Amino acid sequence: MIPTSYFIVLSALLFVLGIVAFFVKKDLITQFLSIEVMLNAGNLAFIAFAKAHGLIEGQIIVFFIITVAAAEAAVGLAIILLIYKQKKTIKSEDVNLMKG
Amino acid sequence: MTDLFWLIPFFPILSTFILAVFGTKLPKKYISLQACFAVFASFAVSLISFLGLLKTGPEQLPLLKTLFSWITAGKFQIAFSLQFDSLTAVMTLIVSGVGFIIHVYSIGYMAKDKSYARFFTYMNLFTFSMLMLVMSSNLVLMFVGWEGVGLCSYLLIGFWYEKHSASNAGMKAFIVNRIGDAGFLLAILFLFVHIGSVEFTAINQAISGNMITAGFATLVGILLFVGATGKSAQIPLYVWLPDAMEGPTPVSALIHAATMVTAGVYMVARMNMLYSLSTTAGNIVALVGALTAVFAASMALTQNDIKRVLAYSTISQLGYMFIGCGVGAYAAGIFHLYTHAFFKSLLFLAAGSVMHALSGELNMQKMGGLKKYLPRTYYPFLIGAIAIAGIPFLSGFFSKDAILTSAYAQGNYLVWALGILGAVMTAFYMFRLIFMTFHGKERLEPEAKKHLHESPPVMTLPLAVLAFFAVVAGYVSLPAVFGKNLDWFGRFLEPVIHGHAHHISLGMEWLLIFISVAVAVLGIFIAYVFYISKTHLPSQLAQKFPFLYRLLFNKYYVDEAYNALFIQPAVKGSELVYKHFDLKVIDGAVNGAGKSANAVGKLLSFLQTGFIKDYALIFLVGAILLLGYLLF
Amino acid sequence: MNIPLLSFIVFFPLAGALFLIFVNRENEKVIRSLTLIFALINLAASLWLFSGFDGGTHALQFVERHAWLGKGIEYHIGVDGISIFLLLLTTFLLPITILSSWTYIKDKVKEYHIFMLVLSSGILGVFVSMNMFLFYVFWEAMLIPMYFLIGIWGGKRKIYATVKFVLFTMIGSLLMLVAIFFLYNQYFKAQGFHSFFIFDLYQLVLPTNVQIPLFLAFALAFAIKVPLFPFHTWLPDAHVEAPTAGSVILAAVLLKMGAYGFLRFAMPMFPNALSKFLPYLAILALISIIYGGLMALIQKDVKSLVAYSSVSHMGLIMLAVFALNLEAIEGAIYQMLNHGLSTGALFLCVGILYERTHTRLIDDYGGVSKQMPVFSAFFLICMLSSVGLPGLNGFVGEILCLFGIFQANKVLAILGVSTVILAAAYLLWMFKRVMQGPIVHERIRSLKDMNKREIVYLVPIVLLMFFMGIYPKPFLKKIEPSVSHLVKRFEERVLLTDKTQGSDYILPEVKNDQDNPQEKEDQNP
Repeated sequence: MIPTSYFIVLSALLFVLGIVAFFVKKDLITQFLSIEVMLNAGNLAFIAFAKAHGLIEGQIIVFFIITVAAAEAAVGLAIILLIYKQKKTIKSEDVNLMKG
Repeated sequence: MTDLFWLIPFFPILSTFILAVFGTKLPKKYISLQACFAVFASFAVSLISFLGLLKTGPEQLPLLKTLFSWITAGKFQIAFSLQFDSLTAVMTLIVSGVGFIIHVYSIGYMAKDKSYARFFTYMNLFTFSMLMLVMSSNLVLMFVGWEGVGLCSYLLIGFWYEKHSASNAGMKAFIVNRIGDAGFLLAILFLFVHIGSVEFTAINQAISGNMITAGFATLVGILLFVGATGKSAQIPLYVWLPDAMEGPTPVSALIHAATMVTAGVYMVARMNMLYSLSTTAGNIVALVGALTAVFAASMALTQNDIKRVLAYSTISQLGYMFIGCGVGAYAAGIFHLYTHAFFKSLLFLAAGSVMHALSGELNMQKMGGLKKYLPRTYYPFLIGAIAIAGIPFLSGFFSKDAILTSAYAQGNYLVWALGILGAVMTAFYMFRLIFMTFHGKERLEPEAKKHLHESPPVMTLPLAVLAFFAVVAGYVSLPAVFGKNLDWFGRFLEPVIHGHAHHISLGMEWLLIFISVAVAVLGIFIAYVFYISKTHLPSQLAQKFPFLYRLLFNKYYVDEAYNALFIQPAVKGSELVYKHFDLKVIDGAVNGAGKSANAVGKLLSFLQTGFIKDYALIFLVGAILLLGYLLF
Repeated sequence: MNIPLLSFIVFFPLAGALFLIFVNRENEKVIRSLTLIFALINLAASLWLFSGFDGGTHALQFVERHAWLGKGIEYHIGVDGISIFLLLLTTFLLPITILSSWTYIKDKVKEYHIFMLVLSSGILGVFVSMNMFLFYVFWEAMLIPMYFLIGIWGGKRKIYATVKFVLFTMIGSLLMLVAIFFLYNQYFKAQGFHSFFIFDLYQLVLPTNVQIPLFLAFALAFAIKVPLFPFHTWLPDAHVEAPTAGSVILAAVLLKMGAYGFLRFAMPMFPNALSKFLPYLAILALISIIYGGLMALIQKDVKSLVAYSSVSHMGLIMLAVFALNLEAIEGAIYQMLNHGLSTGALFLCVGILYERTHTRLIDDYGGVSKQMPVFSAFFLICMLSSVGLPGLNGFVGEILCLFGIFQANKVLAILGVSTVILAAAYLLWMFKRVMQGPIVHERIRSLKDMNKREIVYLVPIVLLMFFMGIYPKPFLKKIEPSVSHLVKRFEERVLLTDKTQGSDYILPEVKNDQDNPQEKEDQNP
């Protein structure tokens, strides 16, 4: 039996990886990928704790997250596609339509 | 029949209503007929009620008729009620009688005017308001009539509103009157709160019951008199009346000579019990009256506009009436009001007839020698002038003499002296008017001469009637020197007027009469010298005393002074406040609040870069801080 | 028979507005006619209500009370002598304003009429709400249609004006909202159950130092609405920019909400705080009278002149309210109606001119009387009513107000009488420059006199002016019981709190007399 802490450490590593990738990379698709990595890090933590405490809720939440992530991926990719259509770029530095 | 007296004001208002709604569609003939008939009906009912009054015992007076309760709120109870007593009888007879004659005259005078219906609507409305004023049984309802006549005066002065001068004069009249009305209104409030009612009977009861102190009477008396100075054109609010001559001449005769301007005198006489409590208030009334009498007469000396001379003369004569009221001789004041109504409206109508003949010419320097062209205007005019000058055995002599004698008898020598001084000037300017207009060289414009014609009978007949009254009206009250108990007029008014007349010896009275006749003759003589025998004298005098002449000619610059002292500061000051306070301070604060909110928003908006990474960073830092806070 | 007549009156315009949504926007004539019919039905309903109104009691009548959101939030409406005439004034003016914009509004006709109907529902709701929460809902709801009426159909600076109007009002009403909830909380603490019912909250006796902030919050909201100096600057802007009908409703009804609020809330709920601030408020009211009058004197724009005249007139009304005696408050309520009629009518007259010339500047007129004699007569009467000429309605209210003020404070009354002079000065001068004198501008020569439609909507106002001036008794009689009760309770309450100074939140025993509206409810036909 693998101790829960292993999973947690792995989850934390994945999460930090996601954060670093988000800030280091410039194109929106890679950033988007890193968000997915962070989400899955979260998923892993949920499942690990659910298993450790013998509770079902954590697993249920994971299903929700996967569903939301799928929806988010669909919408997000669509947005990125539209941005590319309009601006001919997917670099996040070039997009600041919401500047106040 | 006497108990139908309350019908008196309703004929004119009914006629007003019909003319106001259907006036433009009715033929001129019908309009004039209806308007005159309405006033005549009022006159007839007044006469019947008056005759009935003679038979009614004084204990039943005043006759009261409450039509309905008007304003009722808590302690503020005002009935719409009319009263009829001897003072009211005199006033209603004057208003409806002289009013009727002037209405008839207007048929001719206004014949060619486009707004014929409008004219008679206003005239009937005026008659109604004036009748309400004199018939109301309480001060608030009296105020209704008071404002009503003011309104009609405004409308009729500005009757030819296309002229700037006419519409300005109307506006001036209304606003100046309103200043007086504010005083009147305050007096009403003081009395109402103090006594709990403004019915004349209740006020008189309160006075008899010693509910009112002399100080309070002085205060209220002065406030009421402020109202009177507005309506009756006394110092300092007389300025509107000369300008009011912009109105059609019948209006000047009816409103600005015979009736409306005497409302102040009527009011003071009506409140005589209150004034008798306060010698201070009485003295102020008498002194203001005397000063106005002289001041206005002096301004009449140099005017060349025929109607303006008469206007200043009216102001001056109103001053005499106030002298009478101020010295406690209310009956004499009302008596002068009554005689003045005849001879002054006569003078105005005759002046109107002259204007009519000369196609609207007002300037006396362009008249002269008209006697032979306009005999039917000239003789009534002359009678009016003699009456006002105070030549014995015409009405003006009796009434003016009664006032001056009373002033002397009361010991108010200053007022008496001023009155005598005014009398000289009165005789002078009236005969100056006569001589410049009807005698001497013809100075007519050739164009005017071509159209020169005597007025139609519908205009000259009223002149004749008024001239008749100007002669005989005085015989209802003869001075004591002619025998005892000849003061029938004074005795008739006694139930209303509670003043105590001062008596002087017959010898003294003869002397006073002699003095006033002498000064009248003197005035006429000077006028004769100046304008008939030595016509170069006036201009020589004017050159010798240029300052005095200019001062008089420009009416002491009072209009200019008021303009500079009150109107301009109010307008300019308000403009300044508007620009610098309303728009800059208040609106500035409001807009400033908006702008500062905007600025803060701008300042904070630098956080919103639009770069997704910045947001993520802030998010991350926030999450770390939160985590740190939770852990440690 | 138990028809919820009052609810019908309040919500019928709203229902009409909903109905209009489904009407094709091309059928402008149908939309106008339908709106007019709705307005007339509402007027008829309110007259029917009035005929059943019992003038002999101060109690609430036509009460409808239903549970709504719970915790004291109820649907609770009713009228008494203070609000009945304001309700009637609103329903009376609605058809007139619809008629007045018959040809003036050419753009977005459908939306315009929908907003007008919604607006009148909102206003009516304010006057009949007996539940504070409901009151606040209507108070705010009414802002929205007004915002659009000025913002869409207004003049050149409409956006500035409408935003200013809404912001001014919102600032006041937000503070009032806080105060309302605080009051509600205090009531719960004292009594153990929740209530927003106004008459319940009247029973709450708060120490003076608690009353003060609450009172100030309410007073600010109402003072802005009135508007009292120095919160008045939104009014000229809103009036000048608003379309004629908007100005009419604004001047005639909306401003009355401020005075109504003082009578309904500030005075009975915070008697001690009111007594404490009375001198300052009275001075503000006095300043409004004189300041408004002087500002009106020099305005170059006719509408702005009438707007400042409103400031002056409302100042007199507020001064009368602060006199806190029967005659003054009765006069104030009567004067609110008069002001609604006369100022509303003046705006209508200005609107008639504006529709013909598209200018509001006084200098662009002169000699109009000659071209428009009928109009001149109407304008003159409306002006004289505003001046307070006896025989017309304005005088009755004015003299009652002045009498009441005089009883309370002679100096204030003496200074307040200046309104008599000022009103004559600014209005007559305006009339002189606009209507009289020679014709200077060529376009005045081509002006047409009033048409039948315009006469039709001005005649009822003028007739009412005469009626209210000559025979005010039926009005005053119905106002009196409520006002006298209000004044009596105010005086009792001032004494009561004086006695219980310092001890918190004591409720007096609820008197079991006709005071209790629930009992009255059953007696209603």
